[in-house]
Amino acid sequence: MNPVVGSVLKLGDDIDTDAIIPAHYLTSTDISSLTEHVMENFDPSFKMRLREKRIIVAGRNFGCGSSREHAPLVLKAAGVQAIVAENFARIFFRNSINIGLIALEAPNTSSSFNEGDRVQIDIDRLEVRNLTRGIRIGIGELSEPVLSILKAGGLVRYLKAKGEW
Amino acid sequence: MTLSEKILAKSSSRACVSPGEIVTCDIDLLMLHEITGPLAVQVFEEMGFKKVWRSEKIAVIFDHNIPASDVNSAEQMKAMRSFVQKQGIERFYDVGRGGIAHQILVQEGLAKPSSIVVGADSHTCTAGAVGAFAVGVGSTEAAAILGTGKMWFKVPSTVRIKVMGEVKEPITSKDIVLEVIGRISSSGALYKAVEFSGEAISKMSIGARMTLTNMAVEMGAKTGLIEPDEVTCKHFQSLNESIEVLTSDRDAAYERTLGLNSLEIEPKIAAPFSVDKVMDVKDLEGERIDQALLGSCTNGRLEDLRIATRILEGRRIHSRVRLLVNPASMKIYRQAVQEGLIEKLVDSGAAVCCPTCGPCLGMSQGVLAADEVCISTSNRNFVGRMGDRSSKVYLASPATVAASALTGEITDPRRFWN
Repeated sequence: MNPVVGSVLKLGDDIDTDAIIPAHYLTSTDISSLTEHVMENFDPSFKMRLREKRIIVAGRNFGCGSSREHAPLVLKAAGVQAIVAENFARIFFRNSINIGLIALEAPNTSSSFNEGDRVQIDIDRLEVRNLTRGIRIGIGELSEPVLSILKAGGLVRYLKAKGEW
Repeated sequence: MTLSEKILAKSSSRACVSPGEIVTCDIDLLMLHEITGPLAVQVFEEMGFKKVWRSEKIAVIFDHNIPASDVNSAEQMKAMRSFVQKQGIERFYDVGRGGIAHQILVQEGLAKPSSIVVGADSHTCTAGAVGAFAVGVGSTEAAAILGTGKMWFKVPSTVRIKVMGEVKEPITSKDIVLEVIGRISSSGALYKAVEFSGEAISKMSIGARMTLTNMAVEMGAKTGLIEPDEVTCKHFQSLNESIEVLTSDRDAAYERTLGLNSLEIEPKIAAPFSVDKVMDVKDLEGERIDQALLGSCTNGRLEDLRIATRILEGRRIHSRVRLLVNPASMKIYRQAVQEGLIEKLVDSGAAVCCPTCGPCLGMSQGVLAADEVCISTSNRNFVGRMGDRSSKVYLASPATVAASALTGEITDPRRFWN
């Protein structure tokens, strides 16, 4: 995978899936129209903030709540290329990997990144660098099959290539 | 091994497994509803699958936005009906025929002890109440299961919650689970299996147990489960279903054990905007409410309607308050009619609606306007969960919701309990 480089948009702990995309929009599976409403309950200016930024850095329990895959899908469609958090709600984590959105665990995210820091994420080398500060951030291990699914670009491509589990 | 380790070992054809190990398991039951289902079907087709792995192992249950509130919603159901027909899925519960999915899986015996149940909904963990390893997944994962019947799991370590004493009404298992979440936080059991045990649990009905396992995901858990016992066996005997019973070994390794005595637990409430902002109801008394919701996969069962009715019977709810009642299934609805509960609820001023998830997640049948406050028996109170982003949701037991509906403000149910 090509390394992802982008600026950081910082969020706090416990960002829930109702904040990412409210349930009353889920009567549609048209992700581009849903993306209009990304994070609107949380921060109506979120889309503006995201314009210059590609990487979300958050605290604990990112993506808690519902199993709606629409949540990582709208973040991805809105331009988010990776999410780095102290930890993730498990369904959100699996959903992100399954749709090919990078989700990485890293300790002390609040002190390792500032809003706007330039960050490079290299999945092949399992490396995250904060380019603004010139430091390398240690990340949690990615077990198989998570790594292979991510490298394939998501579960659809992974299963198509492999034919089975 | 713990119960969840044993189920994962059995389903991956291994003699034993330990926490952290990755295993690929055969799935015994997959549940889809009309909101996450259509996306799963779309991805199933993208993956190149034509036929589901085994139609008899799939349940499709409409519950989130029923009856359809708009054309989009109606189209989603239409698409799912066509998938059900094309794939020959017989376990299909349309509007008026089933109810809330998590209730149906247990009520109808579809989720069995020692089996792996996967649902495209985060509260699938509810089925752990009968000793299943039950987890929620997203639509892509569900699509892969539709095609292959398999899913990989990282074996979770197990946290044991031991509840001693006996839960005495108007305190219920909802107060117990809120207390646990208040203590360990909304991410306190992240990636773990949570096993509820102890004297208080063994005395609980299946319904009361479902309230506990339902909220395991609100602690971040992968699943919540309870060892099958006599109560569980009776439940399946009444359904004429044979079961295989697995239990945790006496020397099983738990990551940690949290003990609590149910006799010490007061009526509890979770304040906005997080389920772990748990307080005693008595400390929030007097907070004004506009709406009260009795229902959802957490607390829409017959015993929940009974306890609320006991408080509401012969009284009228506050003139400013709307009380919404959603029995969790049509079967419960019918039983509540037979027992005379519905008549008493209606007499108190309640609007009794059909089984649906609608109001709990702000989709339909009870959405909140700006600044409105709801006290609800459901399980989530995030910003904007039930409507406008300035609205608020307090989470409490059926008894507390009923008492609060009477006074128009948050009220300790013991005031109305003789």
